[in-house]
Amino acid sequence: MSMVVLIGLLLIGGVIAWWTERINSDWPRWVALATVCAALLYLLRITASLSLESFELVPDPHDGASWLLHLKLAWIPRFGINFELAMDGLSLLLVALTLLLGLIAIASSWSEINFKTGFFHANLLWTLAGVCGVFLALDLFLFFLFWEVMLIPMYLLIAIWGHENSGYAAMKFFIFTQFSGLLMLLSIVVLAWQGAVTNGLLSFSYFDLLGLPLEGPLAWVTMLGFFIAFTVKLPGFPFHTWLPDAHTQAPTAGSVLLAGILLKTGAYGLLRFCIPLFPDISAQFAPIAMGLGAAGVIYGAILAFGQTDFKRLVAYSSVSHMGFVLLGLYAWNTLALQGAVMQMVAHGVSTAALFTLAGSLQQRLHTRDMRQMGGLWHQAPRMGACAMFFALASLGLPGLGNFVAEFLILLGLFAVQPWLCAVAALGLISAAIYALWMMQQTFQGEPDTGRQMRDFNGREMLAMTTMIVALIGLGLYPQPVLDLVEPTLDALQQEVRSDVIRAFATTSAAQ
Amino acid sequence: MTGADFQSLSPLLILSGGAAVLMLQIAFVRSVNLTATLTTLILALAALSCVYAGQIEEQRVTPLLLADQFALLFCSLFCAAAAVTALLSHDYIQHHGDEPEEYFLLLTLSTMGACVLAYAVHVASFLLGLELLSVSLYALIAYPNKSILPLEAATKYLVLSGAASATALFGFALLYAVTGTLEFSTLGTRLGETISGQPVLIAGAAMVFAGMAFKLSIVPFHLWTPDVYDGAPSPITGYLASVAKAAVFIAVLRLFLEADLFRYQLLVELIGLMAILSMLAGNLLALLQTNIKRMLAYSSIAHIGYLLIIFMAYLTSSDRALTVEAAAYYLIAYTATTLAAFGLLTLISAQQVERENIELHHVTGLFWQRPLLAALMLVAMLSLAGIPLTAGFIAKFYLFSAAVNGQNWTLLGSLILGSGIGIYYYLRVVYYMTRRPEHQPTEPGTTQSWREFALPGALIAAILLLGTMPQALIAFLESIL
Repeated sequence: MSMVVLIGLLLIGGVIAWWTERINSDWPRWVALATVCAALLYLLRITASLSLESFELVPDPHDGASWLLHLKLAWIPRFGINFELAMDGLSLLLVALTLLLGLIAIASSWSEINFKTGFFHANLLWTLAGVCGVFLALDLFLFFLFWEVMLIPMYLLIAIWGHENSGYAAMKFFIFTQFSGLLMLLSIVVLAWQGAVTNGLLSFSYFDLLGLPLEGPLAWVTMLGFFIAFTVKLPGFPFHTWLPDAHTQAPTAGSVLLAGILLKTGAYGLLRFCIPLFPDISAQFAPIAMGLGAAGVIYGAILAFGQTDFKRLVAYSSVSHMGFVLLGLYAWNTLALQGAVMQMVAHGVSTAALFTLAGSLQQRLHTRDMRQMGGLWHQAPRMGACAMFFALASLGLPGLGNFVAEFLILLGLFAVQPWLCAVAALGLISAAIYALWMMQQTFQGEPDTGRQMRDFNGREMLAMTTMIVALIGLGLYPQPVLDLVEPTLDALQQEVRSDVIRAFATTSAAQ
Repeated sequence: MTGADFQSLSPLLILSGGAAVLMLQIAFVRSVNLTATLTTLILALAALSCVYAGQIEEQRVTPLLLADQFALLFCSLFCAAAAVTALLSHDYIQHHGDEPEEYFLLLTLSTMGACVLAYAVHVASFLLGLELLSVSLYALIAYPNKSILPLEAATKYLVLSGAASATALFGFALLYAVTGTLEFSTLGTRLGETISGQPVLIAGAAMVFAGMAFKLSIVPFHLWTPDVYDGAPSPITGYLASVAKAAVFIAVLRLFLEADLFRYQLLVELIGLMAILSMLAGNLLALLQTNIKRMLAYSSIAHIGYLLIIFMAYLTSSDRALTVEAAAYYLIAYTATTLAAFGLLTLISAQQVERENIELHHVTGLFWQRPLLAALMLVAMLSLAGIPLTAGFIAKFYLFSAAVNGQNWTLLGSLILGSGIGIYYYLRVVYYMTRRPEHQPTEPGTTQSWREFALPGALIAAILLLGTMPQALIAFLESIL
C-alpha cells in the first residue's frame, strides 16, 4: 500500500497547490516543496523499514512476492488486469531520482513562474506522480496508463508556460509520444493474447508474460512496438526530433523534468520490458539497436556543436548521451548495464543542472542565443563556476558521475562490439568540443559592459551545490548505486542470458 | 398480449403515453418550464422502467419486437441521453423559438423512435423506428426559426435522409420479393436457401446498405454530416451525433446478428473497407476545420469508422461475444462523451449571439476565465482522443482487444493512424483554451449557477468513472451477451 500512498501524496499535493493559489500566489510553491519533501521522507521511511538482506536478494522476475515491495489488487478481471505495483532496487533508485529532481525543478522555477502558479505546480506534481507510477507499475496495462497520463500535465506545462513557440513544441512532443504509445498499446494487447494462448489465462501482469515463447514476424512487430515507444522517449536516433523543440520551448522546470526524468522512462522501459520480454528477438535486433545508439552519440554531438541556442545545445547533447544508454542496454553484460543505469542517474543530474542554468540565463538576459552572451564570468562568477563544473561533467571528466557511466558502458561494449565501441568513444571527444565551445561562447571573452546581471543567489546556489555534490559522489564512490541495482540486473541477466546476445552480436559483426 | 408483454415494453409505453400527456399539456397551458420538466421526468421514468422491464425473461412481443436485456440497456441509454439533451436545451430554446414547447414533444417522439430501433427484429419495426427518429429530427434541427443556418441544415437533412430512407425501403422491398419475409431471422434462413448472386438480391442488398451507410454517415456517404451538424442547435447536434447514430448502429448490428449476414464475407469486407475510409477521411478532414462543431462532425465520422471494425472482427474472431461487448461498450462511452462535448459547447456559446458557430478562437483563454468549464471540456476532448482514465480509452482498448483477437491488422493499423491524427485536432482545442488571452476580457467571466455545471459535471464524472472503474459495466455486458 505504501507505493499507492507515495503516488497519492503527489496527486493530492497537486490539488492542494492548485487550490491554495486562491489565497496567495506564493503558497503553491511552498505546498509543492512540502509535498515533494514529504514524499522523499516517506520513501526514506519505506526504505528504512525494509531489512538490509532484502536489498541483496535477487528478485525473481516471475514472482512479485520476492521483490522489495509488491502490491496486487484486482481491477478489471474481465481482461485479467490488476492494479499491480512492485519495487526493486532499480525502481527505488529511479523514484528517488525523480523526487530529487522534482525538488530541483521547483527550486529552479521559484522566481521564473508568475502566471497561475497554482496550476503550474499542480501539473509539476502530477507529472512526478505519473513518472513514479511508470517506474512502479508492473501490470502492462497500468504501466501504459501511467505512461500516457504523465504526458498530459507535461503537455500543459510546455504549452502554457513555455516560450515563444510553445504550442508547436508541445503538440509535437505529445503527438510523437502518443502515437508511439498507441503502437505500444497494440503490442501489449497482442502480447497478452499470446499469453492467453500459451498460459490459458488472459493476464497483463509482467510476471505472467515474461518468458513467453515468441517467434515469427508477429513477435518481431510486437517487439518493435515496444522498442519504438521507448526509443521515441529516450530519445534515440532517428526518433529524436521532438526533443530539441520541446526542451527549448519548455519552461525551466519543464526542461528539468523532461531531461532529468521523462527520458529515463524510455531507458527504463527498454531495460525492464522490451529486452526481457523478447529475449531472442532482442538478441537478433541488438546490432541494429546498437547501431542506432552509436549513430545517436555521434549525430547528437555534431548537432550540439552546430547550435547557437543554449537550450538547444544541451538538448542535442542529451541525444548524444542517451545514445550511450542504448548502447549499454543492448550490449547486455553486467558492466554495460551498470554503466547504463549510472548514465541514467548522472545524466539526469547534470542535464537538470545545465537546464537550470539555461533557465536562469534566459530569465536574466531574455535570450538563449549564445552569440549575444560572452564574458558572463566577470559579471556572474558563481554562475560561471557552476556552468564550468557541469560542462566538465557533461564531457565526462574523470572523477564525476558521467565519466564512470560512460567508461563502464564502453568497457562492456568493447567485449561485444569493439568497432562500435571505437565509434562511440569518439562521442567523448566531441562532447569535449561542444561543452567547451559552449563555455567559451557564453562565459568567456569580452564582457558587454552595458549589461547588468545578477549572480546566483542563495537558493540557486543551494540547488546547484546539491547537484555538484551528487555528481562528485557518483564519480568518486559509485558503489552504493551499483550495489542497489545489482540484484535487479542479475535477475534480468538470468532471464536473458548475455551469451545469447553476445553470440548474435559477434556473428553479425564477423559478417 | 399478456401482462409480461406490457411489462417488457414499458419504456415504449411510457414514452408514447408521455408524448400524449405533453401534447395535452401544451394544448391547455403553454409554459416552457413545465414542458421541460415534464419531458425530463418522462424520459427519466422511461429510462428507469427499463430496470423493471428487465426483470422478466427475454420476450418476443409480436413478431416485430424483441425485448431482451440488450434492447433494454440501449433503451435506457437513449432515454437518459434524451433527458440530458432536454435539460441542455431548456435555456437554449427559450431564446430561439417562438413556440418552444413543441420542441420537447418532438424530442420525446424522436427518442421513442430510437428505442423502437433498439427493440426491432423485423423490417417493419425497423423502418418505423427509423422514420420516427428522422422525421422528428428534421423539425428539431429547423427549430430555431430566426436564423438561416438551421433551416439550411434541416432542408439538407430532410432531402438527403428522405432519399436514404426511400432507398433502404426499396431495397427491403426487393429482398421481400425474393424471400417473402420481413422478419430478420427468417430473412436470414430464406436468404441462405435462395440462389445467391441473383441481380435482384444484390440490388436490394446494395440499396439497404447504402441507406444505412448514409444514416451512419460512413465515408463515402458522409457529405451531409458537417453541414447538418454545423447548422443544427448544439444540443440537437449532440443528440444527432450520439443517439441517432447509436440507435441505427444497434439496429443494423441486430440485423446482422439475427439474419447471420456475417456469412457474406464480401459484404463484411466491404464494411471493413468503408471503416478504413471513414477513419482516415474523417480524421484528415477534421484536421482542416477551425469550427469546433464541424470538427466534431468529422470526428464522429471517424468514431463510427472505429466502431465498424467490430464487423470484421466478428467475422474472424474466435471470441464473438467479445466483439459485441466491445461494440456495446464503445457506443455507451461514445454517447456519454459526445453528449458531454456538445453540452459544454452549448454552455460555452451561451453568451454569444451567433450560437450556431463556435470557432476555435472563441475558446481562447477559456481556461483562465471559466476554469471549471474548460477542465470539463478538456476531459471530454481527452476521452474522444482515447487517453487513459477516460471512458474513450477503455472503449478503444476494447476495440484493440477485439481486433487483435480477430487478427485484423490492416484495420488496427488504420485505427492507430486515425487516432494519431485525431490527437492533433482534439488537443488543438485544449491548446486554444489554455492560451493566455491577449487582452483581459472586458466583462469579468460571468459567474454561472451550479445548475448549469451540474449536468456536464455529472456526464464528465460518468466518463471518468467508466474510464477508471469499468468492471461493473463490463461484467453487466458480459452477463447479458
